[in-house]
Formats: sequence, structure tokens, C-alpha cells
Amino acid sequence: MAGANLKAALKDGILGAVVAAALALPMLGFRLVDSASALTLATRFDWVAWAAAIVGLGRFALCLLRQAVPADRVPVLPDLGAKFPKARLVAGWAMAGFALALPFLPFADRSLVDKATLVLIYVMLGWGLNIVVGLAGLLDLGFVAFYAVGAYSYALLATKLDLSFWLCLPMAGVFAAGFGILLGFPVLRLRGDYLAIVTLGFGEIIRVILQNWVDFTNGPNGISGIPRPSLFGLVFTANAPEGKTTFADYFNLDFSGDHRVIFLYFVILALALLTNLFTLRIRRLPIGRAWEALREDEIACRSLGLNPTMIKLSAFATGAMFAGFAGSFFATRQGFISPESFTFIESAVILAIVVLGGMGSQIGVVLAALLLVGLPEWFRELQQYRMLAFGGAMVLIMLWKPSGLLSHRAPTIRLGKGATP
Amino acid sequence: MLAVENLHSGYGRIQALHGVDVEVKKGEIVTLIGANGAGKTTLLMTICGSPRATKGRVLLDGQDITQLPMHKLAHMGLAHSPEGRSIFARMTVLENLQMGAVAGDPAHYDEDLEKVLALFPRLKERINQRGGTLSGGEQQMLAIGRALMSRPRVLLLDEPSLGLAPLVVRHIFEMIKQINQEQGMTVFLVEQNAHHALKLAHRGYVLVNGRVTLSGSGAELLANPEIRAHYLEGGHGATA
Repeated sequence: MAGANLKAALKDGILGAVVAAALALPMLGFRLVDSASALTLATRFDWVAWAAAIVGLGRFALCLLRQAVPADRVPVLPDLGAKFPKARLVAGWAMAGFALALPFLPFADRSLVDKATLVLIYVMLGWGLNIVVGLAGLLDLGFVAFYAVGAYSYALLATKLDLSFWLCLPMAGVFAAGFGILLGFPVLRLRGDYLAIVTLGFGEIIRVILQNWVDFTNGPNGISGIPRPSLFGLVFTANAPEGKTTFADYFNLDFSGDHRVIFLYFVILALALLTNLFTLRIRRLPIGRAWEALREDEIACRSLGLNPTMIKLSAFATGAMFAGFAGSFFATRQGFISPESFTFIESAVILAIVVLGGMGSQIGVVLAALLLVGLPEWFRELQQYRMLAFGGAMVLIMLWKPSGLLSHRAPTIRLGKGATP
Repeated sequence: MLAVENLHSGYGRIQALHGVDVEVKKGEIVTLIGANGAGKTTLLMTICGSPRATKGRVLLDGQDITQLPMHKLAHMGLAHSPEGRSIFARMTVLENLQMGAVAGDPAHYDEDLEKVLALFPRLKERINQRGGTLSGGEQQMLAIGRALMSRPRVLLLDEPSLGLAPLVVRHIFEMIKQINQEQGMTVFLVEQNAHHALKLAHRGYVLVNGRVTLSGSGAELLANPEIRAHYLEGGHGATA
């Protein structure tokens, strides 16, 4: 018995080593060296051997370990959300409290608040996409398009018409929602893979238009000099422009660049929390329930008297609206936008946040955003190994929590224990 | 109450129904039996508007509903429990029932919920459980209960016996009978389980290749030697 196990593990290990060697040969085995006259090909077969040996031994050890520990004893992360329904609520409030206090904590410097702002943008985008993918079950690979529409709406309105951020914000949301409906109409009859392909195309179309409509969007050069938001007319600059008061003067503070960073942080925190409250609330309303029902079974929805056209369009429009808000915030924070910022990889990251977080889970989105956006920012020192760590983290999540970090779905209503329907 | 006149329908170029006439009167249980691929589900779906009828009419209380989209019918008092139960698996039993009341009058909601839970006590026990964790029989109860939540005038059931154990099938059919007798519900039942369906129904139709070949009272059809040979003896439905 033990011999057979050893043999099987050995076989697995050798197979792993062979595969690793085959993969490593082109990737590690050869490299171009810039020698005096021209590029020459250098070989590093020792690297290939090391890679094959490490993978082979690792696989061998893993196999032995697997046999030693029965499958049902392999630790699976428990579904804490299901076990302690109250814990989610407490965790949610604790996280919100922490987020509110963050800029004033002793260890919070400017770069930390800046990183937290970036994470919050993705949290908000994740919550927006969660409405479309998590609740309504419509797989959208082109979500970044609405983010781009929001960003360009604000950038163009502010630079060409000189409108303020707070006026443009709702308009950007409306524009993005309009584009959501525009995308929604042609894909009404599509589901699953087909829907994903069309939304992917839509995302690219928007980016290509932004890139090529040079007269309107300034093409690949982007739009610069996008104005910063003000707090009830108080601006965050060292010297007030004509007719304006600076924030520092008004509150008798010494001017500091940190004020603006912290202010922006609170703006996105408020926007993100608004998205969250909206989602939590709407899940309990007929339209939110209809979204979830549509995800479960479209025929049943129709036979119960729900109009799938309206449900789908409203889901697309609502999700897009929040992406539009996030987009205009992104534009005002960066001060410069170009089509470069709205490539497919952004859509993929946002979708990964929703899926890894556990579809439909609000706290899951926060954790996944921290993991996917926050960690890579922290580990910038790792440089080229950053993406390796990123990929590794994703593989681990899919192994341990295949349905996402927090996949438990809380019912919108309960009956019993004295509760009334 | 529900009348189907010379209904033709199909999928693309393949015609599935070749002029079907069916009538369901108020307070009746009428069943439509037939083999696999006879067009039973197509008939129910065509009544509901998807696929659209290519010819013929569907009348609900004399009103032509042939061209109405599916989601409008629930609001007109036609409840449809689709084939394969189609419950919302990740939503709880209560949420499922709530979705059933979308087309109903919100003022009746509490009363209707109580009525459905009294009819299916099992659902009450599992009220906060997710639909997908229910057994097949419980899921079927949920599908029927959900359809009842809108207080329909006509209840369309598509193969409620599908994939259920004989004992559970008998229980489901008893419930359908009870709904009909106690609430006076008009039921149009499409079934492959001919034995149970004909025993339960006041009248029945036999569908073969998209055409009604036989009709009569449940007892008549049950005694018909042709039906016995084709649908009962040796075939499915011979259980119990």
C-alpha cells in the first residue's frame, strides 16, 4: 500500500517536472543578450533544471501530503457568514468605522490615504458591477465602458463648459445609465457566454471611440487640467483664485496638500457607502428581488408576471450609473484622463473583485478589492513578481473558496420567531 | 374560461402544433396527456405566448390573449407553473412565494401566504430555507404554491410529476384536487403520468404529434382500451 502510494507520488512528481521543464525551456532557458555588435541568444539551462526540480519535488511532496491527510480532513475555510449572521453586520459597521477614522490614525500618511482612495474606487466599481453580475446574473465584461463614460462626461463638461464637480457628478451618472440602457437593448435576448462577448465588444467600442474621436475627446492625448472638486465652494489650493476662499484659510489652518487627499478620500468613501446602502436597500424592494429572481430563472420570472426587458435594462442602467459616479471621481482625482485608463484589464479586475468576493456579497467585494488592488499597491517593491503574487492569490482563492470569499447570500426577509411577513 | 381554438405553433420551420382545440371550463380540472415530444409543453408555452401562435386563438374569459407577451398573462389571472419546477434556487421559500405575488393584489398578500402555507405545511417548516435545498417534491409544492400566490383564475401546471417518487406524485395530485375542490380553482394539467392525471381530472385530451386525437371525461379515457394500451399498461404511469 505504502509502496504503491510512493510510486504514484513519484510518477506525479516526474510528470510535473517534465511539464515544468517544457514550460521553462522557452521562458527561462533562452534570453537575448545585448552584446557589443548585436543581440545574441544566451542559454540558461541550469535555470530550467532548477525550475523542473523544484516543481517536481513540490508535486511529489504535495502528493504524499494529500495521501497522508484524508480528503475530508483538508482544511476548508469555514463559511463564517452563514455561521454568524450577526457577525457580518458587526464586521460591516466595524469596517465602515475604520474607513471613517483611517485618515486620522497615527500611521496614516499621505500615501496610505492615497492608496485607500484607489481601493475605494474599486470597491465602488465592484459594488456597482455586483448589481449587474451578482444580483441580476448578467455577465458583463465591458463594465469599464461606463466608468469611461462617467470620467469623460465630467472631464468634458468641466473643461469645456466650466461646470462644477458636484453638478457634473449626477449628470455623469445619468449619461452612464443612458449608455447602460444603450448596451442593454441589443443584448436583451442574450445570456451567459454570448452576453459576455457582446459586453466585451461594447467596452472596446467605447474605448476605440474615445481614442479616435480626436476633435471631441482629444484622442490618445487625453484630457488634462481637469478641475478639482471644492467643498461648498472652498478650494484646496495654496492660493485662492479670484472670488474663492481656500479650505485652509476658512478654517484657519496652515495649507497642506494632505487636506485635498483626505477630502478626496472622504468623497469616494461617501460615494461608495451610498452605493452600498442603495444595494442593501433595493434588495428588499420589488425591483431588487426581481433582479435576483431573473438571475435564478428567466422563464419563471416571465410566468409570474415580471417583464424581463424592464428588469434587465434597469439592472444595466443602475450598475452603469454607479460606474459613472466612480468615473467622474476618478477624473477629478487624477486631473488627467486618457483612453489608456479604460482598457479591458480594468473590466477584468472589477469582475475578478466581484467573483472572488463571492457574487452578490457586499463585504466580499471589499475584501477582494483590498486583496486585488490594495496588496499589489503595497507590494510594488516586488516589481515584476507582483503579477506572480497576484496570480498566486487568485489560484489560492479558487482552490479554497471556489464560490468566492464570502458566498453566503442573506435572505431579504425572514419568517418565524415572532417576525411577521 | 380558457379556450384554445385551432392553435398552430412551432419553433422556426418545425411545426409542433397542428390545430389544437382545448376548452377548460370554470372550476374544472382538465388534463392533457401525451408521450414525449407530442407537443404538450409547446401547447402550454404557446398559450403563454412564447413561442407565438402562428395560427388560431387563445381566449381567456372570451378575451383574446393570443398575442400578449408572457409577463402580461399573470396579471390577467393566468398562473403558469413551468416544466421542471423553475424555482428560484438561491432564494428562500418565503422569497419564492413573495415573487409569486408580484402579479397579485398586495392587499391579499398576507392572507394568500397563510393559505398557501396551510395547504403545504412542509413549506412552512422550510420557510427560511433556500429553494435549492428542498427535495424534489417540496420544490414542486413550492412551484405550485408560488403560482397560487397571485390568486389566479386559471392554474396551468406543466408535468408536476416530473422526476418525483410515486408516493410523492400521489401526494402532489391530492393537493391539486384539494386546491380545485376547496378553492374552486380551474386547473389545466399537462401530464405524462396518464393514470394519475386521468383519475384526477374531470375531462381529458390526448395529444399525439401536435394533434388532439381523443377527448372525453377522465373516467372514459381511463377505460378506453387504446389509451390503456398506449399510456397505461407497461408504460409509465402504471405505478400505484
